Amino acid sequence: MGTFQIKEESTVYDAIVVGSGAGGGMAGYILVNAGLKVLMLEAGPFFDPAKDALQLRWPWESPRRGASTTRPFGDFDAAYGGWQIEGEPYTHEKGTEFDWFRARMLGGRTNHWGRISLRMGPDDFKPKDNITDAWPITYDEVKPFYDRVDRMIGIYGTVENLHNEPDGIFLKPPKPRLNEHYIMRGAKKSGVTVIPGRGSVLTEALPGNKDRGTCFYCGQCGRACKVYGDFSSSSCLVIPAMKTGNLTVIDNAMVREILSNDEGLATGVSYVNTKDLKEYSVKGKTIILGASACESARLMLNSKSKAHPGGIGNSSGLVGKYLHDSTGADVGGFLPQLLDRKRYNEDGVGSVHIYSPWWLGDKKLDFARGYHIEYWGGMGMPSYGSFHGVQNYNHLATRTDGLPQESGGYGLSLKNDYRRFYGASVGMSGRGTALARKENYCEIDPNKVDKFGIPVLKFNYTWTNEEVKQAKHMIETFQEIMHNMGAVITSNIPDESQLYGLATPGKIIHEGGTTRMGDNSNTSVLNKWGQAHDCKNLYVVDAGPFVQQGDKNLTWTILALSMRTAEYILQEKKKLNS
Amino acid sequence: MNRRDSLKALGLIAAGSAAALSNSSCDSPTKPTKVVGDEKLPGVQDFEHERTQALYSEQYFDKHEMATIAILTDLIIPKDDNSPSATEVGVPDFIEFIVKDIPSHKLPIRGGLKWLDVYAQKKFSKAFVELSKENQTSILDEIAYPSKAKPEVSQGVSFFNLMRDLTSSGYLTTKEGISFLGYAGNRPGVWNGVPEDILKEHGFDLA
Repeated sequence: MGTFQIKEESTVYDAIVVGSGAGGGMAGYILVNAGLKVLMLEAGPFFDPAKDALQLRWPWESPRRGASTTRPFGDFDAAYGGWQIEGEPYTHEKGTEFDWFRARMLGGRTNHWGRISLRMGPDDFKPKDNITDAWPITYDEVKPFYDRVDRMIGIYGTVENLHNEPDGIFLKPPKPRLNEHYIMRGAKKSGVTVIPGRGSVLTEALPGNKDRGTCFYCGQCGRACKVYGDFSSSSCLVIPAMKTGNLTVIDNAMVREILSNDEGLATGVSYVNTKDLKEYSVKGKTIILGASACESARLMLNSKSKAHPGGIGNSSGLVGKYLHDSTGADVGGFLPQLLDRKRYNEDGVGSVHIYSPWWLGDKKLDFARGYHIEYWGGMGMPSYGSFHGVQNYNHLATRTDGLPQESGGYGLSLKNDYRRFYGASVGMSGRGTALARKENYCEIDPNKVDKFGIPVLKFNYTWTNEEVKQAKHMIETFQEIMHNMGAVITSNIPDESQLYGLATPGKIIHEGGTTRMGDNSNTSVLNKWGQAHDCKNLYVVDAGPFVQQGDKNLTWTILALSMRTAEYILQEKKKLNS
Repeated sequence: MNRRDSLKALGLIAAGSAAALSNSSCDSPTKPTKVVGDEKLPGVQDFEHERTQALYSEQYFDKHEMATIAILTDLIIPKDDNSPSATEVGVPDFIEFIVKDIPSHKLPIRGGLKWLDVYAQKKFSKAFVELSKENQTSILDEIAYPSKAKPEVSQGVSFFNLMRDLTSSGYLTTKEGISFLGYAGNRPGVWNGVPEDILKEHGFDLA
């Protein structure tokens, strides 16, 4: 091996964007369309869904039949990476848990996400529960950006006029599947609201857009869409932004450090090429981090200098703090009414057809805030594991073939059971507000580096009673809905010792809060524009700036806030030039 | 871009109408399923492809084990009038692959096969593959029904649960298995909701 050498590029970009997911993609898109010369660095390879999506592949085209051996969501899923990446470890404080999902590819996790696109509401920005913290901005300030994201990217849904579930500018939603009709019936009896889903899938042509195709209902958004019929940052933001000629994308570029001068202003970044391991440094007037909440925090903490001894942007000591994921818990089973059901294609869209927004408002319960419910089931494409554990439930439906009512089995009767039960599955998952607490954080592990020599993150995350009680409420509600729709529950009902099935932090992949925004530089990392209090040309546009997420999936808010931050950057530049 | 343009972009209706697509799968249920071999699909990462090729080049189960697996998978999913048996669609080869792919399956299957032979030896003084079908099924009757199985065969029950699972995955993900189940999707179409007659049959209002 030769001596360590850093290649310095002389170009000074107007902006360098680290990361190409929802936040980085949107910021880059806005800036290059305003004429700025932007460099985007992505740690993973280039990914174009048109070429690289494994959409419409059959299970037998995978030697493991879609099993999740190398991709946590299965062999055809569009995310490169997962909760564990070879050579890129992370650690935990003893007795705490956090699973960190990273997608290393152009577009990041937006290539495979559920496309569930919910706006945070007025009470999410300014909570009324006296427990969770308020944002420095209101819904009304963000609303125009949500509106623009709706128009620019496309979202289906229905106008419902619910106070904390703001309506958007919607395309038509997909109709419910058969199991979803049963769900709506059961939920109604339980007093749980169910409304059409809200997803970023083009169920109609998107007005004014000629580059994206319309959904053809394969239900495989998770594999990324070859016709760009759903939202991925790769297909909808980065690739279109490249067409302006103003965006340079370097892939396989793992950013090591943000460089700064004696005055503490950021001057560029250094990165390592993950393929040939050569070192580079590049210069930019503005640095924008969209590497994901924890990765951006890691990068800031690893960027120490005389001006920023605790890491760039970290004079408050809060970078990495207030880490929070969503809560999650599930119940599943089958609908006896759907045994031996008639076959037809019900793939529908790959996002949700229906969902339950939090229906209890600010009603006083024994936990803060609330959750929404996502529903599943039906005649999906068979995959590895789809029929595992039949012995746990095939005795729960009355046999019609005259054989003894026994679980398990083999032979023709078992073979017929597989067919009989196919498509009868049904279930639901809660996704709720977890508290953003200073006590939950990621920090730099003093003793460990990754394969590039970059110090790794150490996580410290524990749930409180608030989240545990919320999970209890989920499990009780789900059982009632299942009962009211006539379903048989086959999943284990977790008790208090299992925290009522509350998912390990990080498992829902909604982590945020690590570079929270606020008006006070002692109690927040960024100002309300996503700009670092102590480094004026450093911005964060992923879920790091979230003060406190609601039960709404993050992506639509990341997009709206990133657009808002990018426009603020443009305004600031104008001020400098005038 | 409208839906028709989407499909064109996919190269799916270059030769005519989208209707031709709706019957494109499941047309030859007797042909053995071809599993991807050396071909690297676009979008598959290099390390994934190399890993798969390396697994293909190894052999885990010996001849006797493979013969036992073949008999078991056909007992679990036999042929019927309209659909083939497990071995006819290559389920034993899938099991050979998947235990290498998910190594935590290796020991339970290998050890379980051994358990089965020892049990067959005790009961009938022969290895499982050498037993009459009647004797083979008499053993399965002891281990295939967890709720009525005797405690002394509990290890056999665990083994058989896994064998049943892997057989279901190997069979129901083939072209023939999918045809057997009647899955009708994975093709471009338009979703207009549940067909009216089915909604009615289930007592839902047409809306």
